[in-house]
Amino acid sequence: MKILVCISNVPDTTTKVKFKENNTLFDDSGVQWIINPWDELALTRALELKEDAGNSIDEVSVIHVGGAQTDATLRKALAIGADKAIRIDACAADAYYVAGQIAAYLKENPFDIVFSGIESSDYNGSSVGAMIAEFMDYPGISSVTNVDLSNSEVVLYRAIPGGKQKIKVEIPFVAVVQKGITNEPRIPAMRGIMMARKKPLEVKPAVEMDVLTKSVKFELPEAKGACKMIDAENVEQLVDLLKNEAKVL
Amino acid sequence: MSVIAFAKNWNGKFKNSTYELVSYTKKIADQLNTKLIVVSIGEVNNEDLKSLGKYGAERLISVNDPQMNILTSRVYSQVISEIAEKEGANIIVLSDNNSGKAIAPRISVKMKAGMVAAVQELPVSLDPFIVKKRVFSGKAFAHVQIDSPVKVLTIAKNCFGVLENQVDCLIEEFEPEVSKDLYKIQVLEEEEQKNKVILSDADIVVSAGRGMRSPDNWGVVEELAEVLGAGTACSRPVSDEGWRGHEEHVGQTGKVIAPNLYFAAGISGAIQHVAGISRSKCIVAINIDPEAPIFGVADYGIIGDVMEVLPKLTEAIRNSKS
Ligand SMILES: Cc1cc2nc3c(=O)[nH]c(=O)nc-3n(C[C@H](O)[C@H](O)[C@H](O)COP(=O)(O)OP(=O)(O)OC[C@H]3O[C@@H](n4cnc5c(N)ncnc54)[C@H](O)[C@@H]3O)c2cc1C
Repeated sequence: MKILVCISNVPDTTTKVKFKENNTLFDDSGVQWIINPWDELALTRALELKEDAGNSIDEVSVIHVGGAQTDATLRKALAIGADKAIRIDACAADAYYVAGQIAAYLKENPFDIVFSGIESSDYNGSSVGAMIAEFMDYPGISSVTNVDLSNSEVVLYRAIPGGKQKIKVEIPFVAVVQKGITNEPRIPAMRGIMMARKKPLEVKPAVEMDVLTKSVKFELPEAKGACKMIDAENVEQLVDLLKNEAKVL
Repeated sequence: MSVIAFAKNWNGKFKNSTYELVSYTKKIADQLNTKLIVVSIGEVNNEDLKSLGKYGAERLISVNDPQMNILTSRVYSQVISEIAEKEGANIIVLSDNNSGKAIAPRISVKMKAGMVAAVQELPVSLDPFIVKKRVFSGKAFAHVQIDSPVKVLTIAKNCFGVLENQVDCLIEEFEPEVSKDLYKIQVLEEEEQKNKVILSDADIVVSAGRGMRSPDNWGVVEELAEVLGAGTACSRPVSDEGWRGHEEHVGQTGKVIAPNLYFAAGISGAIQHVAGISRSKCIVAINIDPEAPIFGVADYGIIGDVMEVLPKLTEAIRNSKS
């Protein structure tokens, strides 16, 4: 079996977000780029599944839609342990465009399991994974918190409000994963970094695909007013403020 | 032209977020001078369906099929797209929750409709169609223009509120043709925590961090949550350590919530934590360190030890209620 993990390249989570050209473009000067945190968890889980010999997974590859400047992120994915990286050479214009590119690749190069993260931490679109499933006409399972391949069938756990469901699904499918899928993302080790240099990073041209949405303007949230401090000996005052000033009790 | 809202039910019941969805979509329908059609899938009794009339659902198409009680995104997206096509819908709105996240992108692809997730308020403009959404995990907002004729939106909780607008709700039954092949998933088991406030639905949330020092200290958090009827949450290290379950983890890599009132007890207020709670209407911070960054985002703050402050607060709230 082969697993494909979709990777998004996003600003480090501590980035101070700024915009340029009259607030119409993200200002990426000085930004550190990382693998989207959920994609990193998905990749880690895929590698764990591969290492368990009983699962007979012979390939874990990563795919990304982006320009050459994102190769460092893909090399990191290889250093963590992916066997191969594929970059579709295009600007990731919107979720529909990105999912369409990945689906076009999948049609030519079939995989059994596709992982994507629940959202990317830049545009928070939470839609690429389910869109790929639709383009491919595969089952798509969202909010996946665990994947178990141990009993020669595929069992997934998905979060539902206040609980979880255990689901059986047939390959091929897309799983959109979230927290819980594994505990800690893997960090590349020296050996992994050395090996990554020799692993394939394939660059593929984009296919014709429409872009349906565009960000026309950005704004920053309004600054928060000062925090009102209340004495720890006087919690009654807090209760009163919550009731009569904030009106939330 | 028409506007569709997909009213998801949970075991046959609607939630406040469904009422908000109907209120929101009704408002867009009015702005566009067109009709709102609400779609419900799975078994829901007539009385519950009719209750959506209170928020402006004048027409409701119900697919009352027990086979569809369990969410299968392929089936749901097909049914909604079929109805949307039949009714000439140009805007389809869903709630931004687990099911909306699973269904909306599939509708987008089926109908070649541009999609925007987690919209924060009514459209900024109808022509061109522009909506405001949260980006960079709450550090900014983007105005996103959708250029396709059909548009799909999911709306964030508490982005609009529930607005009463009583109309007579006309219910139509609809039986779509759905191929058996689409039911490729099978639910083997389901676990639900009974008698627990569901975090994503909670109006009040009591959340605690590493400042609690030990999982054995959570009693004071649960007691406060109990008197408030609140949900409980935690910071990431707390769930990573296994002190609390992953379902409680809020923040950039956990749940994004928007309650009316959020208590952060023994939470430092790291930027990744704040990403998940910044849309709360009111934030109360309890921390021993006056320099903790959480005070920079809180509305009210108490400097003190959680183990002393939380029980006092529980007591004060209990007294104020009696
Ligand atoms: C990629 C990435 C993603 C992340 N995602 C998330 C996320 O989704 N959610 C999240 O929460 N974090 C996330 N983090 C981690 C985040 O950076 C912080 O490390 C984390 O939020 C800190 O948790 P905390 O506030 O519980 O603990 P700490 O930072 O250790 O803070 C504990 C606080 O408790 C206070 N305290 C100690 N004792 C007491 C006492 N007796 N009484 C009162 N106060 C006391 C201290 O003053 C301190 O402010 C992420 C980090 C990264 C790098």
